[in-house]
Amino acid sequence: MTTLETTSQQPERGQVILEAQHLRKWFPVTKGLLISRVTGHIKAVDDISFELRSGETLGVVGESGCGKSTTAKMMLMLEEPTEGSILFEGQDVHNSTAAARKSYRSSVQAVFQDPWSSLNPRMRVKDIIAEPMVINWNITRAEQQERVMKLLNDVGLNEYHSNLFPHEFSGGQRQRLAIARALALNPRVIVLDEPVSALDVSIRAQIMNLLKDLQAEYNVAYMLIAHDLATVRYMCTWVAVMYLGQVVELSPVQELFTNPSHPYTKALMSAALPSHPDMEQEEIILQGEVPSPLNPPSGCYFHPRCPAAMDRCSVDKTEVKEISPGHTVTCHLF
Amino acid sequence: MATTETRINTETVLTVENLRTHFTTRWGTVKAVDGISFDLRRGETLGIVGESGCGKSVTMLSLMRLIPIPPGRIVSGSIVLDGEDIVQISEQEMAQIRGSKIALIIQDPMTSLNPVFTIGNQVEEAITIHQDIPKRSVMEKALEVLRKVNIPAAEIRAKDYPHQMSGGMRQRVVGAIGISCQPQVLIADEPTTSLDVTIQAQYLKLLKDIQKDSDLSIIFITHDFGIVAKMCDRVAVMYAGRIVEHGSVRDIFNNPSHPYTEALLSSVPKMDRDVDRLFSIEGQPPPLHDLPVGCAFADRCPVVMDKCHEQYPDSMNVSDGHIASCWRLE
Repeated sequence: MTTLETTSQQPERGQVILEAQHLRKWFPVTKGLLISRVTGHIKAVDDISFELRSGETLGVVGESGCGKSTTAKMMLMLEEPTEGSILFEGQDVHNSTAAARKSYRSSVQAVFQDPWSSLNPRMRVKDIIAEPMVINWNITRAEQQERVMKLLNDVGLNEYHSNLFPHEFSGGQRQRLAIARALALNPRVIVLDEPVSALDVSIRAQIMNLLKDLQAEYNVAYMLIAHDLATVRYMCTWVAVMYLGQVVELSPVQELFTNPSHPYTKALMSAALPSHPDMEQEEIILQGEVPSPLNPPSGCYFHPRCPAAMDRCSVDKTEVKEISPGHTVTCHLF
Repeated sequence: MATTETRINTETVLTVENLRTHFTTRWGTVKAVDGISFDLRRGETLGIVGESGCGKSVTMLSLMRLIPIPPGRIVSGSIVLDGEDIVQISEQEMAQIRGSKIALIIQDPMTSLNPVFTIGNQVEEAITIHQDIPKRSVMEKALEVLRKVNIPAAEIRAKDYPHQMSGGMRQRVVGAIGISCQPQVLIADEPTTSLDVTIQAQYLKLLKDIQKDSDLSIIFITHDFGIVAKMCDRVAVMYAGRIVEHGSVRDIFNNPSHPYTEALLSSVPKMDRDVDRLFSIEGQPPPLHDLPVGCAFADRCPVVMDKCHEQYPDSMNVSDGHIASCWRLE
């Protein structure tokens, strides 16, 4: 039985905690009602690999439909990968015992975008935060309550709030509650799915700073799903840029912003809103929209919209190439 | 040529003077908009920035005269559009102006389009209401507007229903309805928040192109300083129902003079450089039905003085055309 003491030892910063290897998630598309047959697959995630390190943040950016949410769901074991494996502390999660899977589930937690729908409106704050402990840990009610108070303090709330219901809180405070609940089991990894985009501008900075402080204190690894590049630059150590189910560029954050290499990354950067009216940006307006993942283009998936497309891009599949230490690009230009 | 250009740039199309829109609720009077004034020149883009609950959407609804009465009411002030005060005119007269002289693009294209009519139908409707032209040319006009917003194969797409189009495409249709009657003023209320970044870039560029072609004046309502930096010529920053700072976009970015503007700008992460730690404004905006006596920002202000709790600051000139309401500038 897991208890408070055994789980609270901290891993070292920078140590690889979780490894995703060649993950694929294909959703079958069926036709017919009684005798249904599979007519195709939506390749939501198509062969991606990355690592999460403790105390560091991996940002995943991309447009809607690029597979970032499916990736997050696979991390949380809410979706089973079609192919590929997730190694948690060196152990394959999907081919392990029920007990190991249960402990994985409590070590990988999530904070979702919308704090209005992620908290049960009929539970008091203390019960919301204590629930993971009630399910997973064999500790007394008094110990639970003690930990609830500590967690509330950690996220900048106090004892007085523990008896209230979620509707009595503002958006920023609710997101603090969601973070407290995610921290309850001393997780090693937290998946943050757009944690600040539903919040007001002045509240966003509070929550981002809080997340950074908590990471420094508990050495937890974050996987941050975001669409705003400025947020990614502030929060992340590593960035993976996704397009149509594939990682097109993976790089340390500094390197990505000083030397964006994939044409899609460049286009995303030029499309991002400037932080000053006089900021110079390359004008790359991508034509058209993201193609359907049911029937992705041949060769490189990005070639129909790519400003640098060559003849071979529509024919040859792309391969992952390392252009500097830790910086990989999936493009024929390299 | 130069003389016509200067004439165009100084011509005011919309003047809002001391506008107050209040709502009567069981908690008391909610002063959603409480004495705002600004003007809009031909061909320029004015950004109204603020957080939720600061009154920017009520400002937009007041300009369109779409405030639900009751509980809402434009208590005082004037909105002069093209020489006419639209606060005073009747609902019938306003129906003539709405859509033809002043038009609106709202945030969510899924709810602003009718799901049971084709998009061609909906663009035609906007044209028939305001223009007395034969049916065939209405159709042609609708196609022309759809082409203007870069809908590919407009003849075919006009027969589509909203659910058959992507989000970016739908938002362009809403834009097409907005500009179909060549309005003088277009109000865009967060038109790109539900769009992806690359689609957002396409849409913003389209709005700029249309503006250049037709000398349209745009009011951009947003919470995002990035959009302001990209699109706007002038900015009004709102807090708790009032404009706290107003000036050209460069004045606001280079020399923010109200502590709220300053705090907001430094609490946003930057694309082009690393920030060690973001400034964070503690606390939350005050409830609009129970505003403090003095400055509404006083409780969160890092440079608060005693006077701030006693009296609301007057608008003070920072430089030519740049005003801010803060006692610090006295």
